[in-house]
Amino acid sequence: MSVPVLSLRGVSKRFGGVRALVDVDADVHEHEVLAVVGDNGAGKSTLAGVLAGAHRPDAGQVLLDGRPVVLHSPAAARALGIAAVFQELALVDDLDVVENLFLGHETVRGPLLDEVAMEREAWRLLDQLAASVPTVRDPVRTLSGGQRQVVAVARALLGSPRVVVLDEPTASLGVRQTAEVLNLIVRLRERGHAVVLVSHQAGDLQAVADRILVLRLGRVHDVFDGDASYEDLLAAMTGAVRPGTPNRAVRR
Amino acid sequence: MSTQPAGAGTGAAGAGPSGAGLPGAVWQRVRGGNGLLPIVAALVGIWLVLGAVNPAFLAPENLVNLTLQSAPVGVIALGVVLVLLVGQIDLSVGSLSGLAAAVVAVGSVSLGWPVALAILVALACGVVVGLGYGALSTRLGLPSFVFTLAGLLFLAGVQLRVLGPLGSINLPFESWFVRSVQQGFLPAVAAWALVAVIVVTSAVVQLVARARRRRADLACASLPQIAVRTLVLGGVLAAIVAYLYLGTARGIGWSVVLFALLVVVTDVLLRRTRWGRSVRAVGGDRRAAMLAGVPVRRTVVLCFVACSTLAALGGVLAAGRLGAANQGTGGADTYLVAIAAAVIGGTSLFGGRGSAWSAVLGVLVIQSIANGLTLMNVDQAARYMVTGAVLLLAIIIDMLIRKRREA
Ligand SMILES: Nc1ncnc2c1ncn2[C@@H]1O[C@H](COP(=O)(O)OP(=O)(O)OP(=O)(O)O)[C@@H](O)[C@H]1O
Ligand SMILES: [Mg+2]
Repeated sequence: MSVPVLSLRGVSKRFGGVRALVDVDADVHEHEVLAVVGDNGAGKSTLAGVLAGAHRPDAGQVLLDGRPVVLHSPAAARALGIAAVFQELALVDDLDVVENLFLGHETVRGPLLDEVAMEREAWRLLDQLAASVPTVRDPVRTLSGGQRQVVAVARALLGSPRVVVLDEPTASLGVRQTAEVLNLIVRLRERGHAVVLVSHQAGDLQAVADRILVLRLGRVHDVFDGDASYEDLLAAMTGAVRPGTPNRAVRR
Repeated sequence: MSTQPAGAGTGAAGAGPSGAGLPGAVWQRVRGGNGLLPIVAALVGIWLVLGAVNPAFLAPENLVNLTLQSAPVGVIALGVVLVLLVGQIDLSVGSLSGLAAAVVAVGSVSLGWPVALAILVALACGVVVGLGYGALSTRLGLPSFVFTLAGLLFLAGVQLRVLGPLGSINLPFESWFVRSVQQGFLPAVAAWALVAVIVVTSAVVQLVARARRRRADLACASLPQIAVRTLVLGGVLAAIVAYLYLGTARGIGWSVVLFALLVVVTDVLLRRTRWGRSVRAVGGDRRAAMLAGVPVRRTVVLCFVACSTLAALGGVLAAGRLGAANQGTGGADTYLVAIAAAVIGGTSLFGGRGSAWSAVLGVLVIQSIANGLTLMNVDQAARYMVTGAVLLLAIIIDMLIRKRREA
């Protein structure tokens, strides 16, 4: 198989006494959707944060195209082509939709912002996601939870990053928007992007995942194929069955 | 891309849906808490009351004095607006302005430097202090309330040391600096030409923006809207110039021109550049800004540097206006007036919300009250109490807006 775009090797991260990640190995390739599942507190968001430059691992390495990189900040990760939707969305409530979409990556004409280009691009992205945002010039605090989430997803897609990390991107979306986001993930994969999808929704995973990484108490418990049954996943997540028992599991 | 002064707020001008009429857009801004209109209304109300009680207040020459009194502390308040916008505060702006005044006086008089060099050194002091504050805030994570309080004391000490045992140094009256600050006024012809240039520029900028937006199929301001805005802008500016040059009134002083220029430039930077956007983002939600890839530290450091440098410039102007630097320059209530002005002008103490214009409006409110009450022979005690009450009112309004937005 090709060299993974993004890999973690032996990554550990602790917050005070909590071991959020312990010796985690993971790979995501081009043309691939890697799903990450696990119970609450399993370390999924921490894993996403390490991939997106929001957390620095205490031990272990992040590899980009097989070469070790240090992701000092989300901006540094973004510059290397890794974009993320964080679970808490990370939108600035006082800024409007366009301002949030382009925050940190504004389009400029000479020294000044190019509001026209940004606003047009904003509408294009939001239409692509079938977002029902009434106007892009209202502060995002006036949007519903689902609308905010669509804005956060749209922001991750700006500039066509190589790796897109999505931490529960459909958690508060309606049926139609969820379908659009999943569609979009499939399209991203077709276009050759690597996608890391953290999700709780079994439907999401079965629809789009190529491989499913199960985290338990900060450790990689198992890696399944995309067509693993929900029962198998549930068993691995909660520990109801010993690891390796499901016959479709692909042990590493 | 509009440069209209009042009511511009921090929102994108002309961004409202094309269907909403002008009154609708204005009302939205007021409700959104971004609007400067309530403060403009309050200022006009204060002027009417003070003028009714003592007509001398509204005499053109007195309003000229009012603008001259407002410029130095207004420049300081402009810097305070910037630190407030990133969610920080600087309590030491008064001491720093006093230190800058002392540096100018000692440098140009005692040490015999050229005045320009002394001014540059004073401004450099501001830059250095701002860099120090930025480091304390972003590297050590100290709260700015605490380290700028320390700075307030420390810099006041340095000011006394620089001034030396005399404690007061007069600047020579014939120096170009003192003359231009005290007696330099924009000639009436130049003032009118400036009004014309501003109005035409504003109209052209709005029309160009409108054309681009139309081509891009985006909502844009209607031609009548642009016409009304331009007429209002032209009317306000023409009224100001006509009044300040009425009869024997001296008109617009150079320090006032400098202050206005700084405000316009800051306003454009805040609303139309990447830096300005990061300032509002960091003040609104620091963590979200960081996750979005905004260079948070650099933004915060730059705001501290800009604030300290503007405070130093304010001190330089104060020294020029007084023709001297002494132990009282920048002391007493200077920093309180500057911070109060920013808040009264509508910049939030909680970060993220405000405008460069709030420095102008806030300072005019405070100085109008001070000036008007002095004309009425009301003593200092009453002036402090009235200003304190106005500040309290402004903070209550700020709090209410914040609560309603979070509800
Ligand atoms: N910034 C932090 N400071 C302290 N502890 C943290 C921090 N972030 C995460 N943790 C801890 O690390 C562990 C893993 O958290 P993480 O957010 O990665 O879980 P998760 O799998 O995303 O959970 P959820 O499904 O609820 O989103 C938890 O025990 C959590 O308390
Ligand atoms: Mg999580």
